[in-house]
Amino acid sequence: MLIIILKRLMQAVMVLLFVAFISFLIFRFVGNPVESLLGQEATVAQRAALEEALGLNEPIYVQYAKFVWRALQFDFGNSYRGALPVAELIATRLPATLELALTSATFAVIFGVITGIYTAIHRGSFLTNLILSTSLIGVSLPTFLIGVLLIWLFSVELNWLPSFGRGDVVDLGWWSTGFLTLSGLKSLILPSITLGLYQMTLIMRLTRAEMLEVLQQDFIRLAKSLGQSNRQIYFFHALPNILIPVITITGLQLGSVIAFAIITETVFQWPGVGLLFINAVYFVDIPVMSAYLLLVGFAFVVINLVVDLLYLLIDPRLRDSQMRGEN
Amino acid sequence: MISFAVFTCIILAAVFANIIAPYNPFDPASLNLMNGFTPPMQANDFTGEVFLMGTDDQGRDLFSTILYGLRISLFVGVMAVALAMVLGVLLGLIAGFFGGWFDVLIMRFADIQMTFPSILVAMLIYGVAKGVLPPDLRYEMSITVLIISIGLSEWVPFARTVRGSTLVEKEKEYIIAAKMIGLNKWQIMIRHILPNVLSPVLVIATITFALAIIAEATLSFLGVGVPTTKPSLGTLIRIGQDFLFSGEWWILLFPAITLLALALSINLFGDWLRDTLNPKLK
Repeated sequence: MLIIILKRLMQAVMVLLFVAFISFLIFRFVGNPVESLLGQEATVAQRAALEEALGLNEPIYVQYAKFVWRALQFDFGNSYRGALPVAELIATRLPATLELALTSATFAVIFGVITGIYTAIHRGSFLTNLILSTSLIGVSLPTFLIGVLLIWLFSVELNWLPSFGRGDVVDLGWWSTGFLTLSGLKSLILPSITLGLYQMTLIMRLTRAEMLEVLQQDFIRLAKSLGQSNRQIYFFHALPNILIPVITITGLQLGSVIAFAIITETVFQWPGVGLLFINAVYFVDIPVMSAYLLLVGFAFVVINLVVDLLYLLIDPRLRDSQMRGEN
Repeated sequence: MISFAVFTCIILAAVFANIIAPYNPFDPASLNLMNGFTPPMQANDFTGEVFLMGTDDQGRDLFSTILYGLRISLFVGVMAVALAMVLGVLLGLIAGFFGGWFDVLIMRFADIQMTFPSILVAMLIYGVAKGVLPPDLRYEMSITVLIISIGLSEWVPFARTVRGSTLVEKEKEYIIAAKMIGLNKWQIMIRHILPNVLSPVLVIATITFALAIIAEATLSFLGVGVPTTKPSLGTLIRIGQDFLFSGEWWILLFPAITLLALALSINLFGDWLRDTLNPKLK
């Protein structure tokens, strides 16, 4: 069992090192850091001096090792625009993205599971068909279009909710939160719905499929024949069996959340890490791009590893097949 | 079937755009800034011209711009899928047929790329490519870079499927016979294995086409897609969002409806195509 965990850890570390290598390649070889820092009128001697100072003449593996070492200490260099340390830029904007992701995930899970269970139980009803056809449109609509249409409906026409920004935030030391102010909460609604809609559709379909499958099983029929009420069967017997796949798939969806967060943050001008990244792409700000890649890669690898290990822990059948080497 | 009709209409509209469109929105000489912000089907206050869907902020007729923008979107979509297909099929064949280190390397790389959502990969490749190009080339190569970035982010499903089929075909007798005759490996791969592994590729290509169109629209909306002088649907929606609060609703509505119709019809058509081509349902 321990061997499996160690193997997974090793794989995760290898992937991380590879992602770090790509990030390093981007950081070192794309664009010209010397020119960006000195400008075009620098003399050859000045450039050579800066190259020595930045350590750009050392062998590649030494530079790579230094890059990784500095990354572990959260030193990602300075942004080309404004010369602020990249780590500081990311740290100030991370709470915004995390709050948005958390709220949208909660929205997606709650509504997704509820609608999934409902459509599984009441097959063929009008509401079920309505929900299913709307979900098809929801999948075809690109995220940004949903966001823009929501802005049109709720901000422009009805004027109920703000259309951009985060509202007033409360500073709690190194974390700034929008949860404690009314304008902050109001600003959170539309972006969370936009970000969460795609996830919700996915969770709904998954819950529905799993529910339908579980309800066919024999132990459900046994429970019915024993006279248990419908509610007892659905929530006490069926639901626990479908929660595990739903939670693991939701965890693995984190990648999409981060990607769509970039889009949602652009639509709503939400001051998060995603907006930072897209501006970096637009202005070719290399240090921010490579740092973002590293951070995001790290997050994905960790999440996948955790979900993998949790799954192994929870489902004994997988554990046995792994131990017998059916990897 | 409605989706097929809608889809064909859109394709035809895009192909014949330069005949149907009353104006050429990409020709800066034909634009009249005084035409800007004309509502649909109303005569402009200054020049008196009437536009079917109104004009945007630079005086471009929205109807023509949508038609020409469709052209770009479809072009990028088709080329990106072609790139992804060629790359993916080739890598899948190599991984499946030669096995060994090629297989391990290619599949590991595919796994790593799959942990990242494809749109993120596309953005990264786009940013890196822009950084590598000298500033004067960045504008002209925008569309090429866009095609490359979307194409490179979507090759993995092709490679995986082709690799699986290749592994199966490799063991069959006609391949062993071909080897015995003395055909070299590339000949066997291209002339014998390839035709037999192509059938799932069409299905994946339709899915990838829909994804590529949406990816192009998203990237253009974010400002990292097509250049602003050759707007595609995504760029138009971005412009439309900017002017939403001042009441020029048509700049947003018409491109949005077009994009929705395009995405829906591709998805439904792809679904229908997959169901018809699925041998298991026959």
